[in-house]
Amino acid sequence: MKFTYPLFALAGVAVFAFASCSKKTETAGSGAQKQTIANIGSDTMVNLAQAWAESYSTLNPNISVEVAGGGSGVGVAALINGTCEIANSSRKLEEEEVEKFKAKHNAEPKEYLVGYDALSIYVHKDNPINEISIEQLSEIFREGGGINKWSELGIAIPAGGNDDIVRVSRQSNSGTYHYFREAIVGKKADFKLGSRDMNGSKDVVDLVSHTPNAIGYSGLGYNTPAVKIVKVSKKKGDPGVMPTIETTLDKTYPIARPMFMYTPGTPPAHIQKYLDWIVSDAGQEIVKQIGYVPLPKK
Amino acid sequence: MSLPPNIVAARAATAVPSYLPSKSRLWLHLMGEKLIELIIRLCGISAIIFIFAIFFFVFREAIPLFTEGTARAAAYADAGKTFHLGEFLTSKEWYPSSQSNVRYGVFALIVGTFSVTTLAMLIAVPFGLGAAIFVSEFCGPRLKESLKIIIELLAAIPSVVWGFIGLIVMNPLIIGIFHVPVGLNVLNAAILLALMSVPIMVSIGEDALKAVPDSYREAGLALGATQWQIIYRVLLPAAKNGLLAAVLLGVGRAVGETMAVLMATGHAVNIPHSVFDSVRTLTATIAAELGEASQGSQHYRVLFLIGVLLFSITFVVNLTADLIVRGVRKL
Repeated sequence: MKFTYPLFALAGVAVFAFASCSKKTETAGSGAQKQTIANIGSDTMVNLAQAWAESYSTLNPNISVEVAGGGSGVGVAALINGTCEIANSSRKLEEEEVEKFKAKHNAEPKEYLVGYDALSIYVHKDNPINEISIEQLSEIFREGGGINKWSELGIAIPAGGNDDIVRVSRQSNSGTYHYFREAIVGKKADFKLGSRDMNGSKDVVDLVSHTPNAIGYSGLGYNTPAVKIVKVSKKKGDPGVMPTIETTLDKTYPIARPMFMYTPGTPPAHIQKYLDWIVSDAGQEIVKQIGYVPLPKK
Repeated sequence: MSLPPNIVAARAATAVPSYLPSKSRLWLHLMGEKLIELIIRLCGISAIIFIFAIFFFVFREAIPLFTEGTARAAAYADAGKTFHLGEFLTSKEWYPSSQSNVRYGVFALIVGTFSVTTLAMLIAVPFGLGAAIFVSEFCGPRLKESLKIIIELLAAIPSVVWGFIGLIVMNPLIIGIFHVPVGLNVLNAAILLALMSVPIMVSIGEDALKAVPDSYREAGLALGATQWQIIYRVLLPAAKNGLLAAVLLGVGRAVGETMAVLMATGHAVNIPHSVFDSVRTLTATIAAELGEASQGSQHYRVLFLIGVLLFSITFVVNLTADLIVRGVRKL
């Protein structure tokens, strides 16, 4: 259970970023320079970023990467305000944000593609549904969409369940929320009111695992035995595709998205080294272990 | 005429009785007293200053909604959209971050707040007043002291911990007991709020019962009334104003609570049809959205207007409680 409630997260990030900026370098016992990298942003990427940070520090004890979540929006804000050295984002920077950054720092934010996430559709493990199309998802989640009951999808929820679809969504500070709106609901459209808006990626999967008639979206890495991932098809009638490494890389899975790290301008050598390591085979192996999709091998 | 300096000094010293500080020290003493009085006076009025400062700040952030009208700078995404107070209060469509059609309707949020508060009071009032009657009338002095300490401890649990209990403990319990799809709902939050407001009710309710003169109890006994008859026919009517104030202060606590309800209600914009429906409250909306509403935008101002609304609700509740307590003193 992560406690990343927005205000707390903001306060925490602010304190943390301030602390890490004020003592970027401190000398370790041996006399070597110990360097800290402040890494803030996407809630989808926070587990992955933490895993990278841990295994990198065993390789390079002099580098300590401090990871914080809060949402892609929080990471981008920290990048613009100059309070982090690497921002994680599960969406591309918007033009407006790049302009803001340029105006403030007189430099371009530098973008690094570090992996892919297949946005997965989760239902309860006893739900008999196997396949859903993007149109159906849109009808379920979009304001004015016509599907409100499982029977309208031809699904009978097993005993104990209720026919109403319980929609599990995210609060609007999340990059996943914005990506889902863009990819499923439609950029100009809105979510149907009455969805349960959760604070974290894991909370969505938790709620779905307790609720037989729920449907929700979250990162592929949050899969557990108590939930089921549904195949997604582009159009009704097309074959459904399971989110996997292969289907993400060959772009047959329709709702996969890239994950980015951003630095404010060209990073110093020690940060560049860390980013190089992340896209190397060793770093990408960790992407696979956490449950996301690594970059294709060159 | 001129006296030797030592005698002048001696006379000056004796001019003030020896048990008081010398003249210059006396002056210092008076100054010190004035200074301390000033500080204490400042402390006294600071509460008023703070209240007015908060009042001013919250209103200042919300007021431009009404004055700016359509003449908003084109820089804002919501430029050109007028704000209607009537729509704000009666529409149940809350779409603050829509790209195409921004709507600010808090009716569902008001209903959410009131449904959670009402159910919380239905649970808390019997418990709170029952506990107050027990502590004040039935239990012995030792049990009384330990009960009071434990009940006050209940008030010291931070609300985020209550929210955590709602999420981790109550959610699966409610699903298991009532066989409902989602355990984060009105009932869950109401139980938490009831537990949070019971301590206030118990301590104020007990004070109100204690304030009833013993002669009333003795008269009741002399007439041959049983203890229950004394409580029901004598004490409750005599203490009713204080007990009502206890309940209203509990209501104020429940309306203003944020963190626990943010975690336990399910945070869904929804008009509830049963206690098992998820809702969203006014306070939770401010907490979840203020962090990402850019300063000066219409969304930001509307969140402050919700603050004004909450302010008014708690003000009315507290004022009512206060007036009722005044009624008690007149007795």
